[in-house]
Amino acid sequence: MKKNSSCSQAFFTLLKRDLHIAIRHKGDIFNPLLFFVLVVTLFPLAIGPDPKVLSIIAPGVIWVAALLASMLSLERLFKADYTDGSLEQMLLSPQPLSLMVLAKVAAHWILTGVPLILTAPLLAVLLHLNNNSYGALIATLALGTPVLSLLGAIGVALTVGLHKGGVLLSLLILPLYIPVLIFATTAIDSAGLNLPYSGHLAIIGAILIGSLILAPFAIGASLRVSTN
Amino acid sequence: MWKWLHSYADPERAYNLSGKILPWFSILAIALIGIGSVWGLAFAPADYQQGESYRIIFIHVPAASMSMAAYMGMATSAFIGLVWQIKSADWVAAAIAPVGAVITFIALMTGAAWGKPMWGTWWVWDARLTAELVLLFLYLGVIALYASFEDKMLAARAAGILAIVGVINIPIIKYSVEWWSSLHQPSTIKITEKSTMSLEMLYPLLINIAGFGLMVGAITLIRFRCEILARNSMRHWVRELARIEGVK
Repeated sequence: MKKNSSCSQAFFTLLKRDLHIAIRHKGDIFNPLLFFVLVVTLFPLAIGPDPKVLSIIAPGVIWVAALLASMLSLERLFKADYTDGSLEQMLLSPQPLSLMVLAKVAAHWILTGVPLILTAPLLAVLLHLNNNSYGALIATLALGTPVLSLLGAIGVALTVGLHKGGVLLSLLILPLYIPVLIFATTAIDSAGLNLPYSGHLAIIGAILIGSLILAPFAIGASLRVSTN
Repeated sequence: MWKWLHSYADPERAYNLSGKILPWFSILAIALIGIGSVWGLAFAPADYQQGESYRIIFIHVPAASMSMAAYMGMATSAFIGLVWQIKSADWVAAAIAPVGAVITFIALMTGAAWGKPMWGTWWVWDARLTAELVLLFLYLGVIALYASFEDKMLAARAAGILAIVGVINIPIIKYSVEWWSSLHQPSTIKITEKSTMSLEMLYPLLINIAGFGLMVGAITLIRFRCEILARNSMRHWVRELARIEGVK
């Protein structure tokens, strides 16, 4: 019982700490969001303002932009803790490491995933997304962005000790993002055609549960390798 | 029970053993691929539906199945290296990765060459093709991660974790033709039931699959031996070897 309470205490302490740090560096919250908005804005400028074309590409553009924004913001997930040594303290603490990394990933999702979900409908309006698709867009982002944070954290944990992480990180985690991207965009497309999309949502949900269970162990193992 | 196996974790014994079995792998691979390819490309009957162009199956299917088998081999040895801390297993994983990447590339290329006459297009964004492409990216990711660490022991661990995470892609490739309605034809070779292929076509195909497996094994062994030498260059036996073989 006592161990249980100390575990949840550790989880929430770490979560609160990460949120506090992020609130004090507001740029960390807004920069990925700004990036997301800018990338989406580039498409109508590059492809042309035809509403028909835009409504076809809207789900894909929003999802790819969300994916890139999430990946870019992940880069500093463990960086600061790694350089100032607090990551090693976490590794040494008696609480299970997978729980600690889950707290850090949860903080990352609250700081980048949730703002993305909130901004996406607005951008969808700009891209003339089909009216039936809004529910699916929000649902897929709500289920999908935690997966992006969890899978991405594995890649970040593997590269945190390297100096040239950036490009390598995208090479490692973008392939892992592909299944989520496929199911999310097909769900939004089906919703646009008034077809049922609960099956796609169920698969994304299954991916979420699977990665929620397995990813923390992989992240923990990767951090142990990186800090050595 | 497994004690005899542990002695082969020693780099010198692993080097010598792989040197001993390498000729067998190479000779058998050349013989089997020779027989299978000549039989398949020249003597097997033409397909009643696809005509002569189906013959690329004798390269495409072995390459594709070996791309998955090599990945499983890499992930398994990475797992062994991570769990039991056996360095030789890490080197095997590092040795397989580029071989697997090339064989995956061959599978994609021959698939494209087959798709052009059959489907009328080089590439479709179909479940199996996409999953195979992801497999190529996973191989490249493992190679890049292994290359970017200075300390090769850490590199092997990190690349190993990535390889194990990527295993999730293998069943997706394998069953993609059954789960999704795909342009790619369903598999013709079945282990538990009768294959949907005439025996005159099946035998050269099976021979070529075995040959490709041995070829991957042989190239991996060569790379494994190089990896052992590179990682143990300061050891006495490697220097002795270099002196005997006359390397200046």
